[in-house]
Amino acid sequence: MLQPFVLEEPTSIHEAVALRARYGATAGLYAGGTELLLTMKEGLLRYERLVNIKLIPELAGLALEDGALHIGAITTHRRLERSPVVRTYFSTMAEMAAHVANVRVREVGTLGGNLCFAEPHADPGTLLLVYDASVALAQQGGTRMLALEQFFVGPFEVALADDEILTAIRVPALPAHTAAAYLKYGLLERPSVGVAVAVTARPDQVQEVRIAVGCVGPTPRRLRDVESLLSQKDLPEVRATLDAAGALAGSAADAVTDLHGSAEYKSYLVGVLLRRAFERAYQQAIGGDTGDAARGSGTA
Amino acid sequence: MTDDRAHHGTVTGQVLSIRVTVNGHVHDVLIEPYLTLIELIRDRLGLTGTKKSCDMQVCGACTVLLNGRPVSACTMLAFEARNAALLTIEGMAQGETLHPIQEAFIEHGGLQCGFCTPGMILAAKALLEETPAPTEEEVKHYMRGNLCRCTGYKRIIESIMVAARRLAQTHNPGALEA
Repeated sequence: MLQPFVLEEPTSIHEAVALRARYGATAGLYAGGTELLLTMKEGLLRYERLVNIKLIPELAGLALEDGALHIGAITTHRRLERSPVVRTYFSTMAEMAAHVANVRVREVGTLGGNLCFAEPHADPGTLLLVYDASVALAQQGGTRMLALEQFFVGPFEVALADDEILTAIRVPALPAHTAAAYLKYGLLERPSVGVAVAVTARPDQVQEVRIAVGCVGPTPRRLRDVESLLSQKDLPEVRATLDAAGALAGSAADAVTDLHGSAEYKSYLVGVLLRRAFERAYQQAIGGDTGDAARGSGTA
Repeated sequence: MTDDRAHHGTVTGQVLSIRVTVNGHVHDVLIEPYLTLIELIRDRLGLTGTKKSCDMQVCGACTVLLNGRPVSACTMLAFEARNAALLTIEGMAQGETLHPIQEAFIEHGGLQCGFCTPGMILAAKALLEETPAPTEEEVKHYMRGNLCRCTGYKRIIESIMVAARRLAQTHNPGALEA
């Protein structure tokens, strides 16, 4: 049973930010509801108002613009999973989206909602970090762009002001000779560990490695110290360093013990998944002419 | 669409008037904005075939189709059904004639206690609308959010594979059964 609230239904960004300015933290943003309603049913969050932003056409776009994927905030996981543009040019993202929770959550849950809710045990944020994604945040005065890395502040906490809304996510295409991979593991509905890697490589020569780890600690994060261990090296050297890099990644991920596993267990898995994700992305980077690893596996 | 009917007795005074087509029948209902879809379906419309179990969008027992898309009625606001076509298990059969998916579940033992079955049938319908000839792997992937504690899933998957072949024949009677 949900506690009563008043529903507001703006039909433009202009109206939505005006409502945010007027009601601040007493109004919750409703973009998908899959996480929000669970929390509200438990009585852990209570709002006087919900602002339904699903009726705002400006938030629904999904398109390639200047070499980047523009994803409107209310784009569902399911749409990312099935979109021909995403499947062709950002196939690792389509593959990741196809494995978020279950199909009902994917039909309703949105990327903007997922990122703003910042539940630590989530997939999209981790992968988007290795794409160097950024978010567009609108308020009455205008819109600012913020790197996703700066957007994540803590568990359930992001750098979204009470008078702002997230309108879009910008995902730059990977550079040439680069592929991304995302691997996760978990025994419950939500993952215990998620590791994303993007590798820029020529055969036997690794130029750049980007690494992000999620679910294990308070927020998804880039591990730049580990990245520099593996970048600008020939392949045998990288492979010889992977175990040490995995161990460093495990400790740098700031793992916490919770229902999804002990900190020690999660740190160990970070290393395992990092090695596997590196190999997968490397093979795709040197083999394919597209910028993305992991071809989509669904139909249609 | 907002209307302040005090006699309706909501705390906030806000009442929404929505039109929803439920199993082919048009309903005009007055609802509170915080009413969940499963409360609308079970408590207001009296359609108790939709089951509430985990209440957290994990088990799939409350799966219904909104404009053909599978959703968890437990964790969705009822107003989202505004101007939509809602399909519950009560809408699957045509009079006394069961839907081919229902027939297949019965013939192939795709249920035991039956509590998860309405959700299973509706999720299977959404799958087969989208992917009429799925592989077994595709069935497993699509159905992984619908939990059954009785059957062990083998017979559910078989039932869906059989239903897919029958539906393909219905749509294309000349085709041979695989």
